[in-house]
Order: sequence, then C-alpha cells, then structure tokens
Amino acid sequence: MEKDSDKIWCFVLPVLVAIFVIRVLYVLYWTGKPIGSSKTHSLRTLIVLGSGGHTAEMLSIMNVLQNDIYTPRFYVAAATDNMSLKKARVLEESLMQQGENSGRKMIEAAQFVQIYRSREVGQSYITSVGTTLIAMAHALWLTLKIRPQVIICNGPGTCIPLCASAFLFKLLGLGWSHIFYVESIARVRKLSLSGLLLYKLLLADQFYVQWPQLQKKFPRAHYVGCLM
Amino acid sequence: MDGAENGEHSRKMVFVTVGTTCFDALVKAVDSQQVREELSRKGYTDLLIQMGRGSYMPSKVSGEDEPLTVDYFTFSPSIADYLKSASLIISHAGSGSIFETLCLGKPLIVVVNEELMDNHQSELAEELAERKHLFYARPQTLHQTIQDMSPESLIPYSPGNPMPVVRLMNKFLGFPTD
Repeated sequence: MEKDSDKIWCFVLPVLVAIFVIRVLYVLYWTGKPIGSSKTHSLRTLIVLGSGGHTAEMLSIMNVLQNDIYTPRFYVAAATDNMSLKKARVLEESLMQQGENSGRKMIEAAQFVQIYRSREVGQSYITSVGTTLIAMAHALWLTLKIRPQVIICNGPGTCIPLCASAFLFKLLGLGWSHIFYVESIARVRKLSLSGLLLYKLLLADQFYVQWPQLQKKFPRAHYVGCLM
Repeated sequence: MDGAENGEHSRKMVFVTVGTTCFDALVKAVDSQQVREELSRKGYTDLLIQMGRGSYMPSKVSGEDEPLTVDYFTFSPSIADYLKSASLIISHAGSGSIFETLCLGKPLIVVVNEELMDNHQSELAEELAERKHLFYARPQTLHQTIQDMSPESLIPYSPGNPMPVVRLMNKFLGFPTD
C-alpha cells in the first residue's frame, strides 16, 4: 500500500513542480513585453505612496498622468503614514476641479487605502517576521479587492508585499498587473532594497532610474532624468 | 553694520530645517557661537531653526543682545513661506527639502546626518554638490563651509520633469504618447 502511494507521489510531485516552473517562466517571459496597441480604454491603477520624498515624486507623476486612461485610481499608503493620503486627496480634488472646469465628463472618484507595514523603522527583526506576514496577507486581500491592471511604485517597503501579491496572482492566472517601478531620486549610485528585489527578480515590467550612473549599472532600466 | 540701526538695513534670514527627523547635531552646530559669528560676518541678521523631533533646544536671542536674532519652532504644515523669505537655507539631506529649496532658486547648504544607519541620503547631496547646485557640509565643518562659500558661484537648478515616465508607460501599454 505504501509503495503504491509512494509511486503516485513520485509521479505527481515532479509534474506539479514542472507545471509550476513552466508557469513561472511564462510569467517572467511575458513580464516586460509591451502590449501592442491597447484594446482597453482605461486601466485600474494602484499607486503606492511612501513617506516624504517618495510621495512627492509619485504625485508629480500623477499630476501629469492622463486621468481618463489610468482610472479608477487606488492610492495605498502605510497605516502609520499620516501625510501621504492627505496629499493624494488634495491632488485628486484639484484634478476633479480641472475636469469640471473644462467640461469633461465626471471621472470615477479615486480611492484611498491604508495597508499594514511589513516593518517600522527600528523595529526588531524578530517581531518583523510576524508583521511582514500580516502585511503580506493584507496585501493579498487588497490585490484581490482592487484587481489592479497597473501598479506604480517608487521604493517604499510598502510596495514589496503588493508587487509580490500581484506576481502571485499572475502565477495563478487570476489577473495580470503591469508593474512600473520608478527608483527614487535620492538613489544616485545604488538601488534601494525594493528596487534591487524588483530588478533582480524581474518583477517589474518597466524599471525607471533618475540618474545616468544607475542606468549604466542596471542596463535593463530606463533612464528618465530627474522627476523633481 | 551698526546693531542699533538694524531696522534700516534689510534683514537677511537663514532658515534651518530638519524636516520630520531628529537631527540634534545640526541644531547644536547652527546654535554654536562659531557658526553664529560666521553667519553674522557674512551679513545675515536672523536665524530661524525648524528643529523637528530633536531634543536640543537652541537659545532664543533678540537682536539687541547679539548681532544675530535666533528663533526656533518644531514643525509647520508647510515650510514654503519660510524658504521663500530666507536668504540662505541650511537643510538636512531629505530629498523633499532639497528639491523644494532648489526649485525656489535659493542658496542651500545640505548637512548629512551621520548618525543615520543607512545613509543613502549622502549620495544625493554629494551628486548635487558635484554639479554645484548646493554646498555640502558635516555638522563639524559647517562653520568652515559658511566661511568659504560664495552663493553666487552656485549653478541654478532646472526643475525636473515627470513626462518621460508618462511617455514610456503609455508607449508600453499601447496608448498614444502625446
């Protein structure tokens, strides 16, 4: 009896592993391949905000991004970050105002969401394991609810659980998000940890850097100059 | 510069900011007699310190006792007005403070906090100093930087542009790249 079930597992397990590996390679292959010409008119967009400089850079992009294409928009910030969502609301209100003034049709209202942080600055590494798991679970939940087609982020640790969730969803065939990562302007010669992870693991569809030194070191990145 | 006639001469304010951080080393350095004397020698009349979460409190000084008036506060929702009315800004190395100041065209001395664990902030300050957009100092060398600096030698910073990111995103997703 045991020998039979052993034989079944000897067969089933390699098949499962093979399917998994093929699926991972498939996802990694298609990540970064541009879409021909878009068949959709609008894309559900998730924007990850981080403290201080990160949020300022992200909002400078959102200020010029076409708000009728990248909509509905979901802004996500860490639960302990008080300022970022407020600033995003101010931006969205002014975009609404501009839209009304120019007589364009009402765009869908943006939503503002808070997410648990994997690790606070100075938190012990032991407790960080627990909080990272909670953050990961919360990120999976949010990804399920929001089903983003585009994710824009620029470096805070908050983006890693969200990008990991998006990757998991791609693996399971539950949805496809295009991830655009903009490395922070403060990174001139070295990438941040988030940037390094997304670059090395091939998770981002497009990876942007603001200084030429980084583009030389990381040739798959696109040099976009300073945003600020 | 006769101290009694301060009101007749236009005031030149030095604004010091540490953002939302705790940067006692900078506040102490700025509050030191050495730095205050140096600033006064360079023609500055007022020193305003935004000290954030720091615990070191500078001493408030009115213009009658000393050539340099000193005042401080912890936080403000927006420091834009202070930046605009300052003649010189001394700031921590946060990218927000740096670019807000540079885009206003003000002379800037960036001081990096060496006590921060992962000091990636110094990369940005060093790069911009190399490009002559600002001066770069450590708390211990601040008085020297003030003595040696000539703000007119700074090259104005042209504000950046987020459009290249937008164009690349649109191109990738198959939308028109205006």
